[in-house]
Amino acid sequence: MKLTQSQNLLIQLKEIQTKKGYISSKDIAEISNKNGVSVSDVYGVVTFYSFLRYKHTGRHIIRMCRSLPCHIKSGEEIIKEITRILRINTGETTTDDRFTFELTNCIGACDTAPAMLIDDELHGNLTKENLPKILESYQ
Amino acid sequence: MPEKRVVLRNSGYINTSDISTYLARDGFKALTKALKTMTPEQVIEELKSSGLRGRGGAGFPIGMKLEMARKAVGQEKFVICNADEGEVGTFKDRYILQNDPFNLIEGIAIASYAIGARQAFLYVRAEYHYLFGMLHNVLEQVVNKGFLSHVTINLREGAGAYVCGEESALMESIEGKRGEARYRPPFPTNAGLWQQPTTINNVETMSNLPPIILNGASWFNSIGTDRSKGTKVLSVAGDVSKPGVYEIELGTPLSEVVINLGKATNVKAIQIGGAAGRLVPGSNISTPLSFETVLGAGAITVFNSSRDMVEMITHSAEFLAEESCGKCFPCREGTKNILAILKRFLRNEGKHSDFDLLDKLSRTMMLASSCGLGQAAPNIVLDGLQYFKEEFLNRIKITEPVK
Repeated sequence: MKLTQSQNLLIQLKEIQTKKGYISSKDIAEISNKNGVSVSDVYGVVTFYSFLRYKHTGRHIIRMCRSLPCHIKSGEEIIKEITRILRINTGETTTDDRFTFELTNCIGACDTAPAMLIDDELHGNLTKENLPKILESYQ
Repeated sequence: MPEKRVVLRNSGYINTSDISTYLARDGFKALTKALKTMTPEQVIEELKSSGLRGRGGAGFPIGMKLEMARKAVGQEKFVICNADEGEVGTFKDRYILQNDPFNLIEGIAIASYAIGARQAFLYVRAEYHYLFGMLHNVLEQVVNKGFLSHVTINLREGAGAYVCGEESALMESIEGKRGEARYRPPFPTNAGLWQQPTTINNVETMSNLPPIILNGASWFNSIGTDRSKGTKVLSVAGDVSKPGVYEIELGTPLSEVVINLGKATNVKAIQIGGAAGRLVPGSNISTPLSFETVLGAGAITVFNSSRDMVEMITHSAEFLAEESCGKCFPCREGTKNILAILKRFLRNEGKHSDFDLLDKLSRTMMLASSCGLGQAAPNIVLDGLQYFKEEFLNRIKITEPVK
């Protein structure tokens, strides 16, 4: 794959995602045409990065940390509680499109474990008690 | 030994929306000194004699790295600051970014002057997107004050990939591609970003440059051990009652950090350097923290006596199997197979022959993997088998004949 410095696939893909929420196969085809690289090259970049999405997601994305420091601070309980409140499993989106719930690796908030990101906001020191209020603030 | 603050000396004094709070604490005096009174070679010489080594985990001497990039021939040169802090249990770079971003920018500017780079990149992980507005604002303030006339510093964001913290994968990512590690040689100092001479350093390493240039190499040299000069910023978490970021003089015993600062009790083991790091049993808690012993990027995750070590180790192995970029065979297949074996133990279905298998797999990966991820992934398994073999033996399938 030959690309010039200005043909940055990652930056182009992020722009699409910011505008549309996710990157469709049509977007991938367009990017491939525009930059003169194969569809599989572009698809390869999209699927490599966990923050790039190629399917429809909810209005808010919950990324709950499942790495060791959160795990040993009862992260598992928080995961179960989110699943219970939202009635979806990890990797799924609520029927009202409000939330997509994902697990992620260390988000660098181990000093406030267990922690999660909702969209770009960090929420730490999660408990079963403070969780409902945090979720409620995202509509 | 209490904390010793070099990198975090300004922590608590800086208002990121007001550069004057940094200027009031000798901010940009080091850069001005370098630009006005020193040649790039003199800056490199000062850093070489300071003994500063890379804080990202590998401990490569910074002065030597800069010198190689300075001497390398290319159309242009680049400086990259690695803020893709993805190692499990690590959050000290986030703390540095939040508490003294001006000092970091000054460090990047000094490194750029030293190698003759007109473009620099600060690559921040996507998980820290909430810092972006602040960092843009900080850069703008520095530019407006006229401190960056010799270099343009660009902010770049990752997109969620642990391996992009590895230097060659990070450069692929800045180029907009899949973040797969490159084969070496050539090394980044000769053919890095867009195949041009590049020096790439961790946030904490860069943050050490201003105080060294301002106070001199001999001042820095007087801190630390023989082969580990200066301080280390640590991320302390896990089974401690005071988790957080602490800066200590290199050579400080692990117990000082875990017991006195982190306030841990009943320590069974300490994971140092995250999933790809080392496992130290509680009985070795007096081990000094330095490059010649254990250090990594300074993630200290404490496990108390209630923790099942087989589970902790499997958890780390799961992370590494998932985050392996998949390019080279030993890492891609090795991390998966190690995980499969560990999961057998977790189900109480381990076999005696698994010990030999784990050992062989580990040695192969360490020898044959292309980058640090695969080379370091088996550490935790080998340490686990050395110090906690009993726990593995307890999980051997009952029908297995006793050896």
